[in-house]
Amino acid sequence: MIPAAFEYERAGSVDEAVALLGRDEDAKLLAGGHSLIPTMRLRFSRPSLLVDIGRLDDLRYVRENRDRIAIGALTRHAELIRDPMLREHCALIGEAAALIGDPQVRHRGTIGGSVAHGDPASDLGTILLTLDAELVARGPRGERTIPAAAFFSGPFENALEHQEVLTEIRVPKAAGTYLKYVRRAHDWATVGVAAARVDGRVQVGLTSMGPTPLRARSVEDALADGASPADAAAHAADDTMPPTDATASSEYRAHLAQVLVRRALERL
Amino acid sequence: MTRIALTVNGSRCEADVEPRQLLVYFLRDQLGLKGTNVGCDTTSCGACTVLVDGESVKSCTVFAVQADGCEVTTVEGLAQGDELHPVQQAFHEQHALQCGYCTPGFVMATISLLKENPNPSEVEIRDGLEGNLCRCTGYHNIVKAVQAAARAGA
Ligand SMILES: Cc1cc2nc3c(=O)[nH]c(=O)nc-3n(C[C@H](O)[C@H](O)[C@H](O)COP(=O)(O)OP(=O)(O)OC[C@H]3O[C@@H](n4cnc5c(N)ncnc54)[C@H](O)[C@@H]3O)c2cc1C
Ligand code: FES
Ligand code: FES
Repeated sequence: MIPAAFEYERAGSVDEAVALLGRDEDAKLLAGGHSLIPTMRLRFSRPSLLVDIGRLDDLRYVRENRDRIAIGALTRHAELIRDPMLREHCALIGEAAALIGDPQVRHRGTIGGSVAHGDPASDLGTILLTLDAELVARGPRGERTIPAAAFFSGPFENALEHQEVLTEIRVPKAAGTYLKYVRRAHDWATVGVAAARVDGRVQVGLTSMGPTPLRARSVEDALADGASPADAAAHAADDTMPPTDATASSEYRAHLAQVLVRRALERL
Repeated sequence: MTRIALTVNGSRCEADVEPRQLLVYFLRDQLGLKGTNVGCDTTSCGACTVLVDGESVKSCTVFAVQADGCEVTTVEGLAQGDELHPVQQAFHEQHALQCGYCTPGFVMATISLLKENPNPSEVEIRDGLEGNLCRCTGYHNIVKAVQAAARAGA
């Protein structure tokens, strides 16, 4: 399983990457390669030009930015896990990153690549949606900030335009937790649940319960109205579209979501 | 073709590669380093694990061009002459293999694990090696080998 041939350019800066993407409408960015290379090997994806941004080390950081935390898009999963700032102010990011794939995957995969790829089973996508993160993208017309709620538009689809590069992700300081149910080692989530306290309100997100990461709005509303964790969790599968696949049926996922939401809320 | 220059097992090497050339096939077919195995070819089994700049990666899922300028270590680069690396020695002594196909990958993953966590608990060892599959041993002696290597200060 060898990918189709492609041209390769290594970008020395974000602006150079933006310009290189403009050269070819079938060009794609390469970050850690841990979603793109497997899909290229299966020939689900056949970009004619790969623009490698994997060496843009100035996009590998976690910093405090007043009341928020800014994370460079090229920050790798392994770095999210051990970052002391995240541990202190937004621990659920490292908690979720530690559950991604296996150590080898976490040494290469990046937060930017994870959310840009848009797999409905991506753990970090759910975290960003739950936290109402902001995603900063740079393109030929400059920089813009996209709220997470407007970012995920479908399975493997997002709000980025062809020449846009995700540069930074901004999250609020928040206490939270992430629970992921898997049946085998280094598997994707059968269902994942994030719960966080953001500005005094409890926000809940779901992985693998629909075509994109989802917010469990009915759970959040029930909690805001004073419901107990158990009563609120009963709404976990409301307005979701859990898929049926080889790991689980739709009904089983709906059940799991309720159990995991209750546990996450009790832990919060 | 793209020209790359990297260090493999301590030796500088320069080569022309097709951008789609995967690191594992570059190591095996272009450099003749056949110690790194290909099991699944789909990022699952870890047989192809090597170190890139000291960290474990699955070389079936890295293009050789991505390793340009990096330091790559394969299982061939571990022993000093006739003296096995402490992790290799521990796998040998604890009989942590049967057919041995997964072993180079396990050894490389173990070196990376112990670098990050020199004294892992049993659970941390099992979690830390979850990217490597062994179809023979049942993992028991692999865990013992990692514990022995940790005690030996590998
Ligand atoms: C065996 C295995 C198990 C895994 N298990 C999990 C899991 O349990 N949970 C999970 O969440 N993920 C899992 N992953 C995916 C992993 O997290 C990937 O690393 C991640 O999805 C992609 O990040 P990357 O940096 O490797 O991106 P790449 O593969 O390099 O890129 C992915 C896509 O995003 C685009 N892209 C990358 N960076 C940017 C950017 N800065 N701006 C705009 N577009 C960009 C690329 O063009 C490409 O289309 C697994 C992967 C493997 C191989
Ligand atoms: S051959 Fe690379 S993970 Fe199996
Ligand atoms: S010893 Fe045979 S696969 Fe591990």
